[in-house]
Amino acid sequence: MNEAATIPMAHGLLLAAFLFLIGLLGVMVRRNIIFVLMSLEIMLNACGLAFVVVGARWGQADGQIMFMLILSIAAAEVTVGLGLLLQVHRRMRTLDIDTANRMRG
Amino acid sequence: MIESGLFYVAAAVALVSSIMSVTRFNAAHALVYLIISLLASAIIFYVLGAPFAAALEVLIYAGAIMVLFVFVIMMLNLGAAGEHREHQWLHPSMWVFPAMLCIVLLSELIWVLAHDGQSLSGMVISPRDVGIELFGPYVLAVEITSMLLMAGLVGAYHLGRRYLLDARQELS
Repeated sequence: MNEAATIPMAHGLLLAAFLFLIGLLGVMVRRNIIFVLMSLEIMLNACGLAFVVVGARWGQADGQIMFMLILSIAAAEVTVGLGLLLQVHRRMRTLDIDTANRMRG
Repeated sequence: MIESGLFYVAAAVALVSSIMSVTRFNAAHALVYLIISLLASAIIFYVLGAPFAAALEVLIYAGAIMVLFVFVIMMLNLGAAGEHREHQWLHPSMWVFPAMLCIVLLSELIWVLAHDGQSLSGMVISPRDVGIELFGPYVLAVEITSMLLMAGLVGAYHLGRRYLLDARQELS
């Protein structure tokens, strides 16, 4: 079996780019904090996908290591983000992210 | 060429479920589609020859991180309105399409297992290689990541503790 991947790298990167774009649109369009956090997850996952695709193209483990680092960043981001979400919900009785600019102390 | 077929089907599932996820109005529905998107990504990782990344995607992303979202959504949907929503969630139109996407992924998984998990796309990078690399040249990155997780833990505890204290005061 030849070592070249059966799937072109461009297709994997294109998929990652489209997923990133969907997440970016979600962050910009949605105003509910839960949906913004979910869209951020989609974007981080797309970044990890791009790393794994490139790592698979050259047969190196570095891509998967970068994916693991992105995974831990996502975990830390989600815990803090959801903690902030609970605070916003308790103080303002809404999940609209535009109300967060009225935060006072 | 069935290998690349697996990739393209999983890619289509990932794209469709991501689009559905950001366009839903109900947070729980969006979460179901987001989990399907992550599972499709895991299949893609496996097809690309990264089984360790695929396992981590299912265990940590679709498992641990999504559970946090479930907790928060369930915490915020208390009372009669939440019960009404529970009725809506169990409506067939809400879970038939996610279930179809899941069946597509499941059939891919069964196909892969039936063919003895052979090398799908060129070479497979085993967890052993990843581990050797991770604790060799990348050990500093591991330490920095552990500090990041510690900071996330302290931040989440700080924010959540104030939330719990205030909720207790409201009850009394």
